[in-house]
Amino acid sequence: MKSLVCLKQVPDTETQIKVKPDGTGIATDGIKYVINPYDEFSVEEALRLKEKFKAGEVQILSVGPDRATEAIRTALAMGADKGIHINDEALNQADPFVIAKALAAAAAQVEYDIIFCGHRAIDDDFGEAGAMVAELLGLPQVTLVTKVEISEDKKSAVMERDIEGGKETVEVPLPCVVTSQKGLNEPRYASLPGIMKAKKKPIDKKSAADLGINAEPKLQARNFTMPAERQAGKRYQDMEPADAAKAVVQALRNEAKVI
Amino acid sequence: MSLNFDLPKDAELTRKVVREFAEKEIAPVAQELDDKEEFSYDLVRKMGELDFFGPFVPEEYGGSDVGYLNYIITVEEIARIDGSQAATIAAGNSLGVAPIYYFGTEEQKRKWLPDLCKGKILASFGLTEPDAGSDAGASQTTAVLDGNEWVINGSKIFITNSTTDISAICTVQCVTDSSDPKKPELSCILVENGTRGFITETMHGKMCWRSSNPGQLTFQDCRVPKENLLGRRGEGFHQMLKTLDGGRLSIGAMGLGGAQGAFELGLDYSKKRKQFGRPIGSFQVNAFKLADMATEIEMARLLLYKACWLMDNNKLNPKIAAMAKLVCSETYYRAANHAVQLHGGYGLMKDYAAERHYRNQKLLDIGEGTSEVQRIVIARQIGVPGKSM
Repeated sequence: MKSLVCLKQVPDTETQIKVKPDGTGIATDGIKYVINPYDEFSVEEALRLKEKFKAGEVQILSVGPDRATEAIRTALAMGADKGIHINDEALNQADPFVIAKALAAAAAQVEYDIIFCGHRAIDDDFGEAGAMVAELLGLPQVTLVTKVEISEDKKSAVMERDIEGGKETVEVPLPCVVTSQKGLNEPRYASLPGIMKAKKKPIDKKSAADLGINAEPKLQARNFTMPAERQAGKRYQDMEPADAAKAVVQALRNEAKVI
Repeated sequence: MSLNFDLPKDAELTRKVVREFAEKEIAPVAQELDDKEEFSYDLVRKMGELDFFGPFVPEEYGGSDVGYLNYIITVEEIARIDGSQAATIAAGNSLGVAPIYYFGTEEQKRKWLPDLCKGKILASFGLTEPDAGSDAGASQTTAVLDGNEWVINGSKIFITNSTTDISAICTVQCVTDSSDPKKPELSCILVENGTRGFITETMHGKMCWRSSNPGQLTFQDCRVPKENLLGRRGEGFHQMLKTLDGGRLSIGAMGLGGAQGAFELGLDYSKKRKQFGRPIGSFQVNAFKLADMATEIEMARLLLYKACWLMDNNKLNPKIAAMAKLVCSETYYRAANHAVQLHGGYGLMKDYAAERHYRNQKLLDIGEGTSEVQRIVIARQIGVPGKSM
């Protein structure tokens, strides 16, 4: 079973995000990066498929700057076999369409039975790349997947996906694109020997030119803003309880306009 | 060759992975295990699956062969969260796996190392006796050859990992010839748990590392095959010293990791806790405590990592090993003390991890050579005149 896992490096979920003063993006100083959690489910599922079929490989595909190598290495330390790192200045400000173009172009150069993407990245939350990759490659796609069962002949798969209030079970021919949802599995930790072995596993570096892509973004980020800060509370003290209650009711009605 | 302080990429990844494991798997259960004085088979199994055992053992014996730096960072990151689990790993490796790997015969290695390196079984190192602590050469446990068997008599105390359900073997230091009372011959002998005449008893009521496993061992005409001799006869003292040199690095890592954990708790609390209308960290008296903690931790880390580098390059000497252990232990002592002080009354309560750090740090001044013994080792190594001179 050959799996291609698209993976994005994102700020750690515990990072305190700050917007740059000019609003052009987030301040990246001191940010700790991790593998997008939904992509970790993908890596784990691909590893389990390889283990189940006792054959095949798990290939990691990522678009990102130099630091993205760490995320690929972490996936290799978990047990993936090799990586492709698309690292190009021109792609740093890319929108989901350009990213999908790059991923699809790289995918077209390798063999796979299935492509995994996280159903969304927790940083920009677009949730578009996986679906676009499927369209660009002309493959069927199953989104928000929580269970994957591949047939013995590796020609088709039965999958469970999240729908409102329940599960839907679908059958899909392979190859296909899957977007992983929470609940698919519990990702493993990288083991210490896994970390050492990861050093020797190949990571193929590619530029936009290597992939022959020259896509224009369809979206342009105009501005980033933080949510409005919460106002400090108001305190009614040193008053008779009845007067305080009156004042609070007045404030709720006239200022906050909630009653 | 130029001086370079960059950590290798794999060491950084090791830190990240072990930190995540410790925070997710150990932190939620650490206080409860400590309260109940309970050894966690579940955590040992999980740590075994991640190859935390056997880091310096080649793959052909089932080890992970990741080297001392990765090993020490593993222990450090576990100790940052919980001393007890770090002790199980540090003792499991430096005292359990190491003597068998470094001194065992080929047959002994093949027999024991694969399961030890997977954490399926644990080995212990029987050195300390009720009347032989710092003066380890004064062991009174004897082993006499009777035909094809050693007959062992005596007792050992404070032996980590020796009485769990998965404790399988103990490397016991014995006097094998006392004809010269001034210079008894010491040898190490492997005794399997469950051997007739080998009585194990778990010790309870510890102040610190409460979910690690210490045992009191008694040998009453305990007979084991002649082949259970570890390496060669008469090498027990040398084997013990070598084992303790390596052990000092892992126990140093416990001090360093613990200090880091205590420091982070103190720093965090000093930002949140307000008195007199401002965060307590903004008072210089507290800021200086935190600055001292951070500085000492940096010093301790540099020395310990240097010792790891020497070990990985087969150049570790007793002086640096002793210095690293001493500095890390005493750094933890001061960091834990400051952390509790910064927490004020809450620091005295079990609900706050600073309390556990405060108790756990004390073992490091005592275990695997007291801080006094480390100073003796260092003094001798730098040429200070000894008693006999």
